[in-house]
Amino acid sequence: MRLSMDLELQDIPGQLLLALQPLRDNKANIISVVHHRDRKTPRGMIPVRFVVEMDRNKIDTVKEELKKCGVSVVRAGEDRLIESVSVVLVGHVLDSDLGDTIDRIDTTGYAEVMDLSLSMTGINEPSSAYLKIRATGKAEIQKALSILREVGKEKQLLVIEPIEMEAI
Amino acid sequence: MRDVKVSLVGYGIVGHGVVDALSRKKAMLRDMGLNLKLVSVTDHTGTVLAEDGVDANKILGERTLENVATSGMKGKEAISAIDSELVIEVTPTNIVHGQPGLGHMEAALSSGKHVVTSNKGPLVVSYSHLKKLAEDNGVMLKFEATVGGTMPLISLVERTLVGNSISGIQGIFNGTCNYILTRMTEEGIPYTHALSEAQDLGIAEADPSYDVEGVDTAGKVVILANSLFNMDVKYSDVDVTGITGVTPEALALAKKKGYAIKLIGDVPALTVRPTLVPLGSPIAVSGTLNSAAIYTDLSGTITVTGLGAGSIETASAILTDVISIYRTKKIDAIF
Repeated sequence: MRLSMDLELQDIPGQLLLALQPLRDNKANIISVVHHRDRKTPRGMIPVRFVVEMDRNKIDTVKEELKKCGVSVVRAGEDRLIESVSVVLVGHVLDSDLGDTIDRIDTTGYAEVMDLSLSMTGINEPSSAYLKIRATGKAEIQKALSILREVGKEKQLLVIEPIEMEAI
Repeated sequence: MRDVKVSLVGYGIVGHGVVDALSRKKAMLRDMGLNLKLVSVTDHTGTVLAEDGVDANKILGERTLENVATSGMKGKEAISAIDSELVIEVTPTNIVHGQPGLGHMEAALSSGKHVVTSNKGPLVVSYSHLKKLAEDNGVMLKFEATVGGTMPLISLVERTLVGNSISGIQGIFNGTCNYILTRMTEEGIPYTHALSEAQDLGIAEADPSYDVEGVDTAGKVVILANSLFNMDVKYSDVDVTGITGVTPEALALAKKKGYAIKLIGDVPALTVRPTLVPLGSPIAVSGTLNSAAIYTDLSGTITVTGLGAGSIETASAILTDVISIYRTKKIDAIF
């Protein structure tokens, strides 16, 4: 599971190392560390954001150990929808029940339509929609795309997907 | 000096380009040690024969060979009867049955002549058969000009990138579609308008379905799959969607979000469909340009772009193939 954690460190040497130790001990794979030295909190602390891949069950242990080290954990939570994909639909997007098309994605539980732009021409003319779909992972993005492909066939919509440049 | 007798079969736009290119490059080829003699040019009306080489100036002004033919021989008959060691086959393509090019290539290969072609049809219909025929007769079948015109792709993968494993190729393989989509995006004009503009400019045929329905691109996908990926696929194995359903509104929406819509052929996925390509991506080229991204294990992604069609441009790819046949032994063989 991918998590992001906002920590606050004291502005004294060795604090970052201190914060890393519990993550290391609990086999967290660190994806990124952003150290905001220039954005001190009113209490003079330095905010740090970690993004880590780790076992969900170990999160409380890590938080506990960080507190023991004197590192305050401001927030720790799952980054749920971490992947996104853009799709353009062309055809009778509205008349074929756009709400239903979006619902088919939103009800999956792993993907959601987060952005929608519509372009409509005359009545009976094909309209176009841009959708940004976010999902919990790459595999879920693919699943959401195959749902859209099915919907496209059923509703006679042209589904224009992005090129998968790194997917091969 | 290596003397090579060449026969040209097909005298349309590409055929004219071949005659022109061979004539223009005669001195350069001689400097390389290659004396290419175009001993015959054949089209559906007859053949011009010349033992010492056809005079380009005498035939380039003719649309067909009707008024200049010195023999009534046509097609397979001409290929078998004329003494040459290499046949350049550039007759019109037919992706359903491959004829007449397929018969021409079979006749040439089985009588021990190398074949260089820009004709997709025969390769789409029976690539493995032709390949085997070439191997059995100890000759070569070269077809760089069938995909991406003058843009180097097949030889790039087979020679320059040799040693890499190729995991995929994606690209724009049809200049007509690319031109139409580019104009629709730039001017916000509907598909039918951009198509008539392309027809006026001679970029699209009077019957544009072959291009705009994605048939041409799918043929190229089949050729790449069979020749570079050792697949054994047919046209019907490709999932094809053309560009006729793409609207200027869809193009505008995509552009606003940082994408162009391009007709992309994908090997080995065997798909041809309008696809969102990030603006600024090296394959998102405009106008009649073609492009291809080649995904390799050692060299990362290699992108090429170039003119996909045109008389002299296609002839240049043919010329490269011809030269490569005779340079093979000198520079590429492992001793």
